[in-house]
Amino acid sequence: MTVTVTAAGPLPPRTYDVVIVGAGVVGCALARELARHPRLSVALVEAQDDVGQGISKANTAILHTGFDAAPGTLEARLVREGYDRLGAYAAESGIPVERVGALLVAWDEEQLAALPRLTGKAERNGYHETRLLNPGELYAREPHLGPGALGALHVPGESIICPWTTTLAYATQAVRAGVHLHLNTQVTQVSWETDGHRLLTSRGPLLARRLVNAAGLHADIVDRLLGHEDFTVTPRRGQLLVYDKLARPLVRHILLPVPTALGKGVLVAPTVYGNVLLGPTAEDLDDKRATGSTADGLAGLRDKGRRILPALLDEEVTAVYAGLRAATGQEDYRIAAHPEHGYVTVGGIRSTGLTASMAIAAHVTGLLAGTGLDLGPGREPEPVTMPNLGEAFPRPYQRPELMAADPEYGTLVCHCERVSRGEIRDALATTIPPRTLEGLRRRTRARAGRCQGFYCGAAVRELFERGRA
Amino acid sequence: MTTSRSVDVLVVGAGPAGLAAAARLAAAGAGRVEVLEREQQAGGVPRHCAHGGFGTWTRPLTGPRYARLLTEAAERAGAVLRTGTTVLDWAGTGPDPAGGPACPGPAGPGARPVLTAVGPGGPETIEARAVVLATGARERPRTARLVPGTRPDGVYTTGELQQAVHLFGQDIGARAVVVGAEDVSYAAAATVRAAGAEVVALVTEHPRAQTGRARARSVRLCHGVPLLTDSTVAELLGRGRLSGVRVRHRDGRTAVLSCDTVVFTGDFVPDHELARRGGLTLDPGTRGPAVDGALHTSRPGVFAAGNVLHAVERAGTAAGEGAGAAGAVLDFLAGTRWPAPGLPLAVEAPLRWIAPNRITPAVPPARYVLRTSTPLTRPVLRIHQNGRLLHSERPSLGTVLPNRPLTLTARWTGGVDPEGGGVRVSLA
Repeated sequence: MTVTVTAAGPLPPRTYDVVIVGAGVVGCALARELARHPRLSVALVEAQDDVGQGISKANTAILHTGFDAAPGTLEARLVREGYDRLGAYAAESGIPVERVGALLVAWDEEQLAALPRLTGKAERNGYHETRLLNPGELYAREPHLGPGALGALHVPGESIICPWTTTLAYATQAVRAGVHLHLNTQVTQVSWETDGHRLLTSRGPLLARRLVNAAGLHADIVDRLLGHEDFTVTPRRGQLLVYDKLARPLVRHILLPVPTALGKGVLVAPTVYGNVLLGPTAEDLDDKRATGSTADGLAGLRDKGRRILPALLDEEVTAVYAGLRAATGQEDYRIAAHPEHGYVTVGGIRSTGLTASMAIAAHVTGLLAGTGLDLGPGREPEPVTMPNLGEAFPRPYQRPELMAADPEYGTLVCHCERVSRGEIRDALATTIPPRTLEGLRRRTRARAGRCQGFYCGAAVRELFERGRA
Repeated sequence: MTTSRSVDVLVVGAGPAGLAAAARLAAAGAGRVEVLEREQQAGGVPRHCAHGGFGTWTRPLTGPRYARLLTEAAERAGAVLRTGTTVLDWAGTGPDPAGGPACPGPAGPGARPVLTAVGPGGPETIEARAVVLATGARERPRTARLVPGTRPDGVYTTGELQQAVHLFGQDIGARAVVVGAEDVSYAAAATVRAAGAEVVALVTEHPRAQTGRARARSVRLCHGVPLLTDSTVAELLGRGRLSGVRVRHRDGRTAVLSCDTVVFTGDFVPDHELARRGGLTLDPGTRGPAVDGALHTSRPGVFAAGNVLHAVERAGTAAGEGAGAAGAVLDFLAGTRWPAPGLPLAVEAPLRWIAPNRITPAVPPARYVLRTSTPLTRPVLRIHQNGRLLHSERPSLGTVLPNRPLTLTARWTGGVDPEGGGVRVSLA
């Protein structure tokens, strides 16, 4: 199977059976699902220069049980299904997952009173494993928790996952199975003709019999290009602080706030890379590119973090980032098929989208079939094995057999993250190679550590530039 | 698969402190002295400080030359230098690096320290009679300083900038703002100019540059680089590549400086990961391992020297400490008992930290190094124990600036009551 990944030049002059707009975690999951049907010709188009560059790269990286979804919604069902699917897929593909569990910590009587209601909600969502903890049990589980917590709800299934590897695994499998990935391709116009869609893009025209809008933050814009005004995406910014790996022993679970009338609060959570997250803020904005952090946002997070885990504030901050949620003002996904136009919108996919991604893909594939698309015979895709970025599983520098076969895996370049020259070399030779140092970081963790390049930045850049030449 | 070895002394880090310690230990016949360095070349940070100011008054050197000389001296003395080898952790069940008491090692007191490492040859376990931690310091990057804004390319620390320019010849942009106005900031500005780029400005939160007046004046007048005092970088701007920085003056005024590169200089922190993983007691002021005058840490058999103890002193100071630590290592190898933790030595504001920072009956240090957070004019330092004045001293007749070395003699250390409370240094 020839691999087609393009980033420049005109697009192929052919009519694809399906074009997916947006190579985030949802678009990539759908591409992978459609790639199971070899008769279909599928293109995945992405405005940016890499997969997973939007909402999918900047989130809280949690694999949700869906215990607190709004019961009866499509989101609740797809998260529940997606949780099982992605859990199994991660195990077979080398995507790091740690089943750390979550604690919803109650800091006042009102929050404490809300916990049994959340248990009921979880039950209605088909999740039966929550348990109330008294303060003694809570502090035994989280000895570094700030003083004054009155109790907690334990949700053992909540887990942490690597969102970058997930998106990349889907895209890699899709591309290897024949999906064409076209990067740097921004869709500017869509016209519907009797036999399909004619898309105008920043790289020229593209023809599609069926179109799927998985454009995330821009899903409403793409919808309007086709004459649909079903919803508006309001970017809701979430800023997060990533603390030094030396803080990792301070916390064992995902520490969730109890949702109250005042909205969702901030969480403290370990990451699969061995850091600790504090965030996110929630700021409704009107600029879909406003992924910057603000002084007020960071100060507010630190104030909240000081209460939850006081010792965290003594640690160094390794990274700061901000993501935008695709808020649509509705408590559910906005997935809609328009069979008369051969078009499916996958909008309003919120923070649960990472967990639900495989279930969303299966659901949308069904909707496409409902528009008259003949999927043809199916097959299982070739399994994929992703490089492990997680601390809970052996990384190359911890694998003697690997280093014995290739000393490059024992030659560390990025010291804070313990990334070897072999891993950087491998990343540059993958199916979907990084086009920037940021892309390399998401594939290897190089330059993602506490020194942010003080020690390794120039050396990593040298390897990247030489390796791409 | 894992090779296990024993050495007499294991030095972690081949910068000035580690190399000087290794050279003296090997020359004094300490047996097998091995230095593990995670970079491909020994020499530490001076490798990429392509400017003068190293060596001695009589024999001035550039950083790279100094790094080479220290490396050659250690090798000549018989120390084994192993570059490209990363020390990962202490063997056995490590303590909780987030805190908890210092532990004497998994096998109890008297057990030899054992470290795990990795290199091209695979994993190794190395047992040593003594360990010298010389892991150095790094500059806080933009993230750790919590500078808000976008996440564009073109954001550097001096360490990365110097390597990019002097070791790899990489392009670093055309217009750079340098954050800081201390010695290292001026070195960063020189590196920017050496790369053919323009220095837009130096920005410091302090009321004046913390470097020699002649140097500050020459950069301002000869190179036309403005110095913005009482100002901080409040926000980074730009998508893809940095397009500017928003600076905020103490009085609230803001302005945008157009630039495609920003260099965060100074604000050093000890690279103390290994110290913490080993359960060493850290000093709250320096955030490096707490040490006494002979550079004993809280863990028997483990010494520390150089900028992991105090971020950051000159390379010569680090090398001097390395050589000093070697003396204490030799005594320890010869059977001298490990001292008890001793008394904490702490500073009061506006002083920021002092090193060494434990007082034991062991040898006092050659001198103490301190830092202040505000300019001090003709300061008088006072040392108290339990309210009793032990010593007072005027270390400088001029003004001592933040980020500049401040030293205190150690001759009063013998007067400390070992049964008494902690010792405090304050300003008169």
